[in-house]
Amino acid sequence: MTVDHDHQPGWIGEALAEHDEIEAEGRRQLPLADREQQVLDRIDRARRRRPKVREERITMSHGAGGKATHTLIEAVFLDAFRNPLLEPLEDAAQLAVGGARIALTTDSYVVSPLFFPGGDIGDLAVNGTVNDLSVCGATPLYLSAGFILEEGFPVADLQRIVESMRNAAAAAGVHVVTGDTKVVQKGKADGCYINTAGVGLIERDVSLGVAQAQPGDAIIVSGPIGDHGITIMLARGELDIEADICSDTAPLNGLVAGLLGAVPGTRAMRDATRGGVATILNEIAKAADVGVLVSEDQIPVRAEVRGASELLGIDPMYVACEGRLVAVVPGADADQAVAALRGHPLGEHAAVIGHVREEQPGIVQLKTAFGGTRIVDLLVGDPLPRIC
Amino acid sequence: MRFVDEFRDADKAHALAAKIAALCEPGRQYKLMEVCGGHTHTIYKHGLEDYLPESVTLVHGPGCPVCVIPMGRVDDAIHLASQPDVIMTSFGDMMRVPGSGGSFFDANAEGTNIRMVYSPLDSLKIAKQNPDKQVVFMAIGFETTAPSTAMTMLRAAAQGLTNFSVFCNHVTIIPAIKAILDSPDLRLDGFIGPGHVSTVIGCRPYEFIARDYGKPVVVAGFEPLDILQSIYMLMVQLSQGRSEIENQYSRVVPWDGNVVALKAIGETMELRPYFEWRGLGFISHSALQVREKYAAMDAERLFQVPGVRVADPKACQCGEVLKGVLKPWECKVFGTACTPETPIGTCMVSPEGACAAYYNFGRMNRTRVAEAEVARS
Repeated sequence: MTVDHDHQPGWIGEALAEHDEIEAEGRRQLPLADREQQVLDRIDRARRRRPKVREERITMSHGAGGKATHTLIEAVFLDAFRNPLLEPLEDAAQLAVGGARIALTTDSYVVSPLFFPGGDIGDLAVNGTVNDLSVCGATPLYLSAGFILEEGFPVADLQRIVESMRNAAAAAGVHVVTGDTKVVQKGKADGCYINTAGVGLIERDVSLGVAQAQPGDAIIVSGPIGDHGITIMLARGELDIEADICSDTAPLNGLVAGLLGAVPGTRAMRDATRGGVATILNEIAKAADVGVLVSEDQIPVRAEVRGASELLGIDPMYVACEGRLVAVVPGADADQAVAALRGHPLGEHAAVIGHVREEQPGIVQLKTAFGGTRIVDLLVGDPLPRIC
Repeated sequence: MRFVDEFRDADKAHALAAKIAALCEPGRQYKLMEVCGGHTHTIYKHGLEDYLPESVTLVHGPGCPVCVIPMGRVDDAIHLASQPDVIMTSFGDMMRVPGSGGSFFDANAEGTNIRMVYSPLDSLKIAKQNPDKQVVFMAIGFETTAPSTAMTMLRAAAQGLTNFSVFCNHVTIIPAIKAILDSPDLRLDGFIGPGHVSTVIGCRPYEFIARDYGKPVVVAGFEPLDILQSIYMLMVQLSQGRSEIENQYSRVVPWDGNVVALKAIGETMELRPYFEWRGLGFISHSALQVREKYAAMDAERLFQVPGVRVADPKACQCGEVLKGVLKPWECKVFGTACTPETPIGTCMVSPEGACAAYYNFGRMNRTRVAEAEVARS
């Protein structure tokens, strides 16, 4: 029995129609390099098209922080809610209320397992939101906390989670000032989910955003990458690998204040959560329409994280951190920025990993430790669901 | 990091690159095929082509386990997973491979229970935890992964598990290489042999390539220097007019293979009369099926498998890419209709697929990059 494919399943037919639209001219007659370039240009045009969700249902990829997440956000949420405050898609929205500049953000936490080396869902929920505010240049002030609890969840576990939220809030100097509790039937959730929202005050005269990156700028990470993601993966116990690493979950407001104090001209900061440093580099390249070139051997990665990543075939560049930021600063300020970061305990391994350039706008390139070059694209698929 | 950094040393790479360049005869073009998708991945991930002279071209071969699975088999698997009380287990690579009605991920969104596992043995754990369900392992891969499927079956038998079975899609590498050698479209000068397959089958099975077809083979490891050294070894053979089987990956690959693994495969599986390969069509004696003795663990015997032959979408040129006739970017739909997020063909799905590797890592025109660098300096 054979299925005739003249009549393609819907999504393939659609994709082919789009292809015909883009492929305007023939390309066989050109010399090889030009033909390849033509294809690359065509792909570039295809990538700049308005994103469209092709799937009929939500899959795990839509939550992975990679391409599918971006497509979902742009095609569904941004499309519906579009406004100038949302549009920059920064970690927090920056708004003016009665003369004051405020940053507002929200984040939900579904990490599994709830408790892991170095932290738990509680401090993650506080630190994550504190960090989203901090990297926008705001001083985090107040948080909300919403809990979705599964019937049967141990109260002792909840108390433990709340206790660590309290400690994290105290460490970051913020207060949880409002909240909400919902309980769902057994099997309708997995133990405990938390949502936190936060507001912060933007006191400095800064206007941060990845779109401000300019050729010549330096790109800095504040410390070794991938600790959180690998810790969670190993904590699940599905792989018989043991390593002495723990999550890097930490509030970044102190570190950010130090950096902005030393380098007021900082162009942008992002905290490298889902999708890792690679995702942020792509966001920079896309938002500012610039090229990004980073060097693999400059990127700090702990030996344990590197080892586990090699074994699992994962690239640490895509693995989540919960206490690391990526900063873009003018090239001339790079040394000062690194010195400022290194002056803080959370930034002692800060390093310049690359720079912004004019060539190849929209594309992130990596000089490999081996000495070759390759692209670092947005991640597709889901190496690690429910990481935060 | 030990055992890794030694094999990624840029200084050694430069030295090897110079030796390779010195071996190139002026005016001669060299086409070398890396059979294994793992090599393709390494080549792009480390930017290895930057070290090669223009006259040396690497052609990506058919050794990507996910890429060679035809659409109909994906549909069959989803059909199995849709049966009542079935949990399917699969390697992560398989999850996004498109069938005619969508991938495993899409099927899960529709209600199937297909779980990602890192080892087939994890399926046994799941089977024990779910005694009222049938756990079907979607077995894919060349001789590299077949032993782990075999060992899992042997262990399930030893443990007396009755709710575990295998949907066997294991394929064998030699018939695929033969198909490529017999293909009129392609003129290859030599082969970078698949390292991991060879840890199981050894180097002997390749002897016909040197003897009957006069092409050199160097079995290679998976670090970038391994591959570069293998290219150098091939170039030495070509410059001396030799065609032999050499083993660059001797730290892992025994000349005679792994007898224990081969025995485990032989105990549980046998050759199928024929099997459909994506893009390459039906190849006789090119795949494995579960032996009669283990019929109780054969999902194809336990369930009615529709076995529908689904033709690839017409625009998809995975076959040509798998045979090395087309470079990934030469496919009509590469990067526009077919992308890693919405793949039409399998080569765009697996990290070992040539299209995915090129799209994710190599999507830049190296000639242009080189020109730009020369212009700048």
